[in-house]
Amino acid sequence: MNETAPNQPAKNNAASQFGDRAFKGLTLLMALSVFVLIGLIGFELAHGSGIALRQFGWHFLFSSDWDPVNEKFGALPFIFGTLVSSAIGLIIAVPLSIATAVYLTELAPLWIRQPLTIFIELLAAVPSVILGLWGIFVMVPWLRGHLFPLLQKWFGFLPLFQGPIYGPSLLAGGIIIAIMILPIITSVSREILRSVPGLQREAAYALGATRWEVTRIAVLSYAKKGLFGAVILGLGRALGETMAVTMVIGNSPQIAKSLFAPGYTLASVVANEFSEATSDTYLSALFEIGLVLLGVTVLVNALAQLLLKTFAGPGVKPQH
Amino acid sequence: MDAANHNWRKAKNTMMQTLAFACAILVILPLVLVFFHLVTQGASSINWAFFTQLPKPVGEVGGGMANAILGTFILITLASLIGVPVGVLGGVFLSEYTHKRLNWWIRFTADVTNGVPSITWGMVVYALIVVPMKGFSTLAGGIVLGLMMIPLIMRTTEEVLQLVPSGYREAALALGIAQWRMIIQIVVRTALKGIITGILLALARVAGETAPLLFTAFGNGYWTHKLTEPIAALPLQIFNYAISPYDDWHRQAWAGALVLILLVTAVNISVRVLTRDRFSRRSA
Amino acid sequence: MAAISQSTSGAGAEQKSATDTALAVRNLSVFFNDKAVLKNVTMDIAARAVTAIIGPSGCGKSTFLRAINRMHELNPEARMDGEICLFGDNIYGSGIEPVIVRRRVGMVFQKSNPFPTMSINENVTVGLRLNGVRDKKILAERTEQSLRMAALWDEVKDRLHAPAISLSGGQQQRLCIARALAVQPEVLLMDEPASALDPLATQKIEDLIIELKKIYTIVIVTHNMQQAARSSDFTAFFYLGELVEFGPTAKIFTSPAQKRTEDYVTGRFG
Repeated sequence: MNETAPNQPAKNNAASQFGDRAFKGLTLLMALSVFVLIGLIGFELAHGSGIALRQFGWHFLFSSDWDPVNEKFGALPFIFGTLVSSAIGLIIAVPLSIATAVYLTELAPLWIRQPLTIFIELLAAVPSVILGLWGIFVMVPWLRGHLFPLLQKWFGFLPLFQGPIYGPSLLAGGIIIAIMILPIITSVSREILRSVPGLQREAAYALGATRWEVTRIAVLSYAKKGLFGAVILGLGRALGETMAVTMVIGNSPQIAKSLFAPGYTLASVVANEFSEATSDTYLSALFEIGLVLLGVTVLVNALAQLLLKTFAGPGVKPQH
Repeated sequence: MDAANHNWRKAKNTMMQTLAFACAILVILPLVLVFFHLVTQGASSINWAFFTQLPKPVGEVGGGMANAILGTFILITLASLIGVPVGVLGGVFLSEYTHKRLNWWIRFTADVTNGVPSITWGMVVYALIVVPMKGFSTLAGGIVLGLMMIPLIMRTTEEVLQLVPSGYREAALALGIAQWRMIIQIVVRTALKGIITGILLALARVAGETAPLLFTAFGNGYWTHKLTEPIAALPLQIFNYAISPYDDWHRQAWAGALVLILLVTAVNISVRVLTRDRFSRRSA
Repeated sequence: MAAISQSTSGAGAEQKSATDTALAVRNLSVFFNDKAVLKNVTMDIAARAVTAIIGPSGCGKSTFLRAINRMHELNPEARMDGEICLFGDNIYGSGIEPVIVRRRVGMVFQKSNPFPTMSINENVTVGLRLNGVRDKKILAERTEQSLRMAALWDEVKDRLHAPAISLSGGQQQRLCIARALAVQPEVLLMDEPASALDPLATQKIEDLIIELKKIYTIVIVTHNMQQAARSSDFTAFFYLGELVEFGPTAKIFTSPAQKRTEDYVTGRFG
């Protein structure tokens, strides 16, 4: 403990001032690294796409020609595959996740909440490749043998469910994406719902509302913006999901009407073909695909973060 | 209000509660199924050979994933050399020095960066390290995982430091202790457990990453002796075996996956145990 | 088991004289985690009058209030003993659902809590719509009626569709009162309704209470003794979970029977 009198020796003061400044500078530098990181990613991907950008221009996004042999590259099949599989993933996952979040925060008996929450967080920790492994050997055969034929029987009048069933498909990709994004949408939604002030719930209870009505009126409406942010966050995850999707989607660069047809996503084509790219153009095309993927996910994630950070409920001041 | 309306409201209430419960079950179902199959398919293949032997040549039965398991540990060690100092110090800045606008932007960028697909990280490090070095390497693999860890650890460190009561800081400053000393010896010290759990969680997260390693570490059928050589990693090996046409490799993929999930789950659960006394009375 | 009447017409429709008992509380005890927060309270709360509940912090006033509309059941650590009869019906009787009790007993909270995603109009009618009232004419009539009773009509009649949170704090609280009144409860509970408001807004609320008691039974918790003395007909003094004294306000404040009461109202503690 410092035992010096009020007038401390100047040396001591200067030393600690230097220490303060140096430390602050060091930590600031480390914190600024995130800007460097994101800039680096953007730069390298743009740089790597140079050849393809110059050669194909905008045409790249609209052409469905993916022909490495003849050096013709178009990203449309992958954009299609990414969008469709992510959409399927969201359609399945969002209602399930939000309902589960509601269950966890409002409706479940207290003793179930902690264990269930832990379970869901464990699901979030399952690496993509393991889910993909399970997908290849358990899920896809089951889909091929049971669910898909059933869907074709019931909904075969829709072009979506027509055509040959192989197993690996856009629909399988969508389902596995749903499984991967369930935990994150659930846990973010849960945090959002928990932040709804208890006073709001009490107001609804005091009016004689049932538990579900309280949830509907006081909690869900209040949390709308935040829940939307959670969904967009899930979308961001879905778009970038690589391994599990690659293992079950079929990896065929085509745009088909049927959900049972194999597909290909932006992330998957890079994962599969990057190390095999034989020419500079090929590699550059893959870089451009990476650039497209980056652009889309950054935009979506930025939107999600904005929604989540500015949500503190209407009528309540934001936290920071 | 009449009895009919009231009964309808009661019925709706019960319906919704049941529906929500059903959804919760559906959400945990995949996890249960995955674990079940991992155990049934993988447990039998986990033997001493699995942990100690190298993969046998293509088509031959037997062998193990010793190099992949070691490889994963080497990679996450390398990764932490980059990720931990930068992430923790960055998190310290965010928490202890307030500049509203700057900090908001740093946080925002860190969160967005956390959402960047892991495969794009791989492409970036490929361009930055693999190309100049003219080859895949352990170094590249460690670097890509390390870079991915930075925004993760930064945010978890910041959150944990924020939990330290401001009274501690004020008391220390009032005693005449320099701010930088106060931060290190008092704030960080107090939050150390939380910081470590954040690091462990980040490590578990990157240990399971496959995509960024596809063209950085690349994988290796043998032991790696130099940082400049490609290296095997557990998730990579699982992937390669899973998509191969060989039954024996499939069997080993399950075993590898079981080992990986046990590692990841062990970290997640022990982290929970470590932080339990802090959160024990927190209601769900 | 008495059948609880579920009619929408409240106390106003039935001719009750001022000496009727709205709430007969018998041996009411409330426990949080087996710790007694309210001990054996017995009292009769008169209909169409204002009963003030006073006492120092922690004496159990809010706990008592919340027992009347069964809000404690939202707290898993709470346990209840005793009974409360609302115009003859024991609200804690077996088979009586809290949802029905809360329809008959309205509550206004310390901090105003209008639903922020709803307009002024929607906030007022939310209770009615929950009960299946869809007729726009009826909803509009009730909205005007409730807002008039809450002395808010003139200020908001031109902007009923504005968001509820665009109102000032005092207005929001009156909106909450209108919301509670719209379902025509038999009893109105108020938990320190003006404590978060400025003196002007507080005055408006107090004037409001004096008007409302012509129709409704009001039980109000307050830590402001002048408020209790000004606006209430009866006063109950609680201390450490027990009902120390209960009687006409004038008597409690001028010649209380208990020394503890006298100490409190003269400001010697609390």
